[in-house]
Amino acid sequence: MSRLESALADLRLADTLASRDTGLSRLDPRAKIVTTIAFLVAVVSYERHTVVALLPFLLYPVALVSMGEVPWRWLLRKLALAAPFAVLMGIANPVLDRAPMEVAHGVTMAGGWISFGSILLRFALTVTAALAVVAGTGMHALCAGLAALGTPRVFTAQLLFLWRYAFVLGGEGSRMATAREARGGRGSPTLAVYGSLAGHLLLRAFERAERIHRAMRARGFDGEIRSYRALRWSPRDSFFVAGWIAFFIVARAVYLPLVLGRLLTGAGG
Amino acid sequence: MHMADALLSPSVGGAMWVASAATLAVCARKVSARSDDRLVPLMGVLGAFVFAAQMINFAIPGTGSSGHLGGGLLLAILLGPSAAFLVIASVLTVQALFFADGGLLALGANLFNIGVLPCFVAYPFLYRPLAPAGASRARMGVAAVVAAVGALLLGTTGVVLQTVASGISSLPSGPFLALMLPIHLAIGLAEGLATAALVHFLAKARPDLVPAGSARGHRSALAGLAVAAALVAGVVSWFASPQPDGLEWSVANAAGTAELKAPEGGVHEKLAVVQSRTAVLPDYDLPAAKAAEGNAAWPEVNAGKSFAGLVGALATLVLVVAAGFTLRRRR
Repeated sequence: MSRLESALADLRLADTLASRDTGLSRLDPRAKIVTTIAFLVAVVSYERHTVVALLPFLLYPVALVSMGEVPWRWLLRKLALAAPFAVLMGIANPVLDRAPMEVAHGVTMAGGWISFGSILLRFALTVTAALAVVAGTGMHALCAGLAALGTPRVFTAQLLFLWRYAFVLGGEGSRMATAREARGGRGSPTLAVYGSLAGHLLLRAFERAERIHRAMRARGFDGEIRSYRALRWSPRDSFFVAGWIAFFIVARAVYLPLVLGRLLTGAGG
Repeated sequence: MHMADALLSPSVGGAMWVASAATLAVCARKVSARSDDRLVPLMGVLGAFVFAAQMINFAIPGTGSSGHLGGGLLLAILLGPSAAFLVIASVLTVQALFFADGGLLALGANLFNIGVLPCFVAYPFLYRPLAPAGASRARMGVAAVVAAVGALLLGTTGVVLQTVASGISSLPSGPFLALMLPIHLAIGLAEGLATAALVHFLAKARPDLVPAGSARGHRSALAGLAVAAALVAGVVSWFASPQPDGLEWSVANAAGTAELKAPEGGVHEKLAVVQSRTAVLPDYDLPAAKAAEGNAAWPEVNAGKSFAGLVGALATLVLVVAAGFTLRRRR
């Protein structure tokens, strides 16, 4: 049950991070959404044994973290929490794919280890970039950006409602759990107890929805969701999008680490 | 089970995004057209409920493990499939954004596996026939368990097919499915029991809140859309997979167990033509990368080059870290 509380604390922290005024939060959410999608597509478009060529892409999440002053500890903890799935899905690769690949002169490795490394690196890249953007944007700005990019209004409103009431119902759920523990309930409840525990939470959800509806009606709600949108696209945003996408294209087309290595060692082509 | 960005190829991820986004758009239009303004706050609060309830575990008798609610099927029972899909989609989006469950590119696949399949396949084709209007509470419970198991097994099959079609993981489809399905049968049972317990509770406490299950219009059209989306996704990934050999190998393996691909060659070919004309990313590799792909990911190896590569990799990392510091200080 502490899972619920820690999840809520996590959400609150992400919201707090996003509410600060940073270089990242000042950007238009649309710019961040578009650039991040381009980044994700570029990263996952690589062949499965790619490791080194992916390294330049680390620049994007690192830059986001720096611009948004996102705490690395928080980010890495979230990365670690989400990691088991990627590890689980990749760990069979070294077993299944034993074809040797020459990684450096005279050094060979099983292809599976390389593709496993690639999965982990992709995972780290995609997760850190997405989390950093979220922590540097916040739910409200993100939804405004999504709506401006054409997401159905019903859905962005649903996201904001969920965001608002996750804290309320989550709090109710964890208070119920505390009450059960205070009365001697230990471990996970049995199905019968669960049914009435979660069932009462569900009943409260319905009742709350009725109250919210009445409150909305009292304030003139007529079934249509209107949102206050103050998105302003500045030259900074164009620069951000164009600069990063140009970088992704160059990094995708040119094997940057090798070019850099040649420059440094003076090795010929 | 969430699909992850790291295991997806852009073609499979993109195809699933198109399928899920189209479903989302259709559902949004249908929900907007339902001129019931109570629905907006109800959907929001039920989304929050599912979000919270997913983190409340209950003990599975006799196993020592615990299960929790999935939510898709329960929402479909309470709200009808279109509104339910929007709600579960919002829950999955928040999880992808704030908990890195799956990831953004994989969100399309996750919406399909965890949203479209329970709402538009399991609910209309399993739950409704088993628990028609006026069914007893016990019957509704049984229907919920069966439909939840069905939905989860379908979703798991979706994860396996998307993973194999992407070709990033080396897992072949046959053994992968054999590994995943029994685990998810158990998870599905737990999820079904949770759904049944809630439906049962609600039917007892507030029977007015559990819809009697009038046959909702356009249900079959939406189910058809879901099936079509699955087919398109399969076809797109078939033709755009970066690892055709891996796919062929796994399909050859699966052929023994009679998969759905073989008999529909004609349709596949036609769809492939449509796909090649309309695809957003018809050939997602940039030319330079494609040339490199011819001889695997690595440029041909020799002593000078591999040393340069090693130095270059380290230098890249140093530069990235340095850039991070300068950007931070600049503010």
